[in-house]
Amino acid sequence: MAVPRVAVAAGVMDRPAARRRRDRLAHGLFLAASLFGVVALALLLAGVALKGWSALSWTFLTSFPSRFPQQAGIRSAVGGSLWLLVLTGPMVFVWGVGAAIYLEEYARQGRLNRIIQANLSNLAGVPSIVYGLLGLALFVRVLALGRSLLAGALTMTLLLLPLVIVATQEAIRAVPKSLRDGALALGATRWQTVRLVVLPAAMPGILTGMILAVSRGLGETAPLIAIGALAFVAFTPSSPLDPFTVLPIQIFNWTSRPQEAFRELAAAGILVLLGVLLALNGLAAWLRDRAGRGA
Amino acid sequence: MKVQLYRGQRGLDRRVVAAVALGLVLAVTGCSNRATAPASNPGPGSGTASGGPRPAALEGTVLVDGSSTVYPIAEAVAEEFGKLHAGVRVMVGVSGTGGGFKRFTAGETDVQNASRPIKNSERRLADQNGIRYLEFPVAFDGLAVVVNPANDFVDCMTAEELRRLWEPGSAVTRWSQLRPGWPDREIKLYGPGPDSGTFDYFTEAIVGRAQASRPDFVASEDDNVLVQGIAGDRDALGYFGYAYYVENTDKLKLVAVDGGQGCVYPSLETINNGTYSPLSRPLHVYVNAERLKRPEVEAFVRFYLEHAATLAAEVGYIPLPDRTYRENLARFEAATR
Repeated sequence: MAVPRVAVAAGVMDRPAARRRRDRLAHGLFLAASLFGVVALALLLAGVALKGWSALSWTFLTSFPSRFPQQAGIRSAVGGSLWLLVLTGPMVFVWGVGAAIYLEEYARQGRLNRIIQANLSNLAGVPSIVYGLLGLALFVRVLALGRSLLAGALTMTLLLLPLVIVATQEAIRAVPKSLRDGALALGATRWQTVRLVVLPAAMPGILTGMILAVSRGLGETAPLIAIGALAFVAFTPSSPLDPFTVLPIQIFNWTSRPQEAFRELAAAGILVLLGVLLALNGLAAWLRDRAGRGA
Repeated sequence: MKVQLYRGQRGLDRRVVAAVALGLVLAVTGCSNRATAPASNPGPGSGTASGGPRPAALEGTVLVDGSSTVYPIAEAVAEEFGKLHAGVRVMVGVSGTGGGFKRFTAGETDVQNASRPIKNSERRLADQNGIRYLEFPVAFDGLAVVVNPANDFVDCMTAEELRRLWEPGSAVTRWSQLRPGWPDREIKLYGPGPDSGTFDYFTEAIVGRAQASRPDFVASEDDNVLVQGIAGDRDALGYFGYAYYVENTDKLKLVAVDGGQGCVYPSLETINNGTYSPLSRPLHVYVNAERLKRPEVEAFVRFYLEHAATLAAEVGYIPLPDRTYRENLARFEAATR
């Protein structure tokens, strides 16, 4: 591999002007590539903000849905989304990180491990509606949880698990072997090593994975519609067994109404959803910094 | 020693995570503990409940599901009913007419919204599961056939022309093939996707068989997408619910339909008196007869039937003749007596 690279380098050494030109070209291309996403996002945000800003108010945040656009709000949807988050987050964290620890630190690197690994990657790519149908059959019907928050949270957990497991595995793999060896050499058991050395060092990466997964979960609609999340709910859930609605469903419902005023509400709903996501990401960054310090 | 050092680090993380989780839980429960907001605006449907002066201390849940077309009416009914009976939780889903019937015939829901009558197969399912039900028409919905405003030659089409255009295997691709004298330009077709009740109804009324349609048209389950498509395409023709035309009169041109008795434009009047034919359809609710024994379900359905006319009109649908609503209520009272 090294030989041709040296040859090429020697070849271009002769024409510094051409080399620099190519360097600038590459620079420009990569800049354009990174700007593309930023510009697209900015345009999208500007469009939504222009449309939804006027509809965004305290009343909007604290009212239940209504057929009068001026009185309609997203309280039940925000409540449902937050509930779902609080129920899903811990389950995904415990199961996802647990599975990743087993696969990386305990499981023998054999055929079984490879099969599990391949299946995890496949699961991460399964369309979310499939999880919805699984959730409908398993949690709603077989476990008789009904069309409740808990059934929704379990479905969402299944959907997000592969993402968290894979991200956690990456984070654990990035912990230098010397740290483990050091702990084991001092007489720590494997569990002590994992708990006191590996996990703290991997925590920033794990949190990043968690937050990406939970953000995705916040925006999911299809699996929740499949398990029967509702469109009109004039109360915020008070227990995990209550029926619920979530932000994306409410937004979708408003976009398909004939009246323009409802589409402004939808845009305002998108702003709220984005606000929640940004707050979550900020929180994650903060947690990551804390966890990362000194590790 | 090194191990000890990490333990301190981990303790800090755990406290932070716990604090954050606690904060979230507080935020959620804080939201939910406040009771249902008081009715600040007593809408047109309030101050009624004519079926006996029942004290407003009803409690329980009413589960409604079904058609997304009927949803705005059900939402309005639930909203007004909720102002009278704060103790009753009314929930409305939008599984679609077919999806909703699956749940209704399994006894999972109390009330089913339907943009078409129940099918024989669904009726059999209900029988098998021992579900008895009542059917009430609640409003009319017209289907509007529309073209681009720049289209200056199409004003009226016969049901026969629509059939030739939309039937499966139709060879019509240009306006000139539809009627001599129309320009020799390609027709661009727009319509609701095959999962929608509107699609079922249009194909049934025009082609004669539900779901029978040519496949080569721009399909969307979201009628607003169809509106945008037709508004931006000079040679477009499409159909969707009348309410979507009413909200976009400046972007679309309405086409009159001749069902055998001359050209008729859809309007409040022509849909209500049935002269806009064959493209107006009744919207229905189906009520699980057994559940009517629960007072909150009974009160909700009575409220629905009493206020369907006003509330349907408010959300863009067309009321049925008064006689139909009176018959509805008479049948309802007979069933609950």
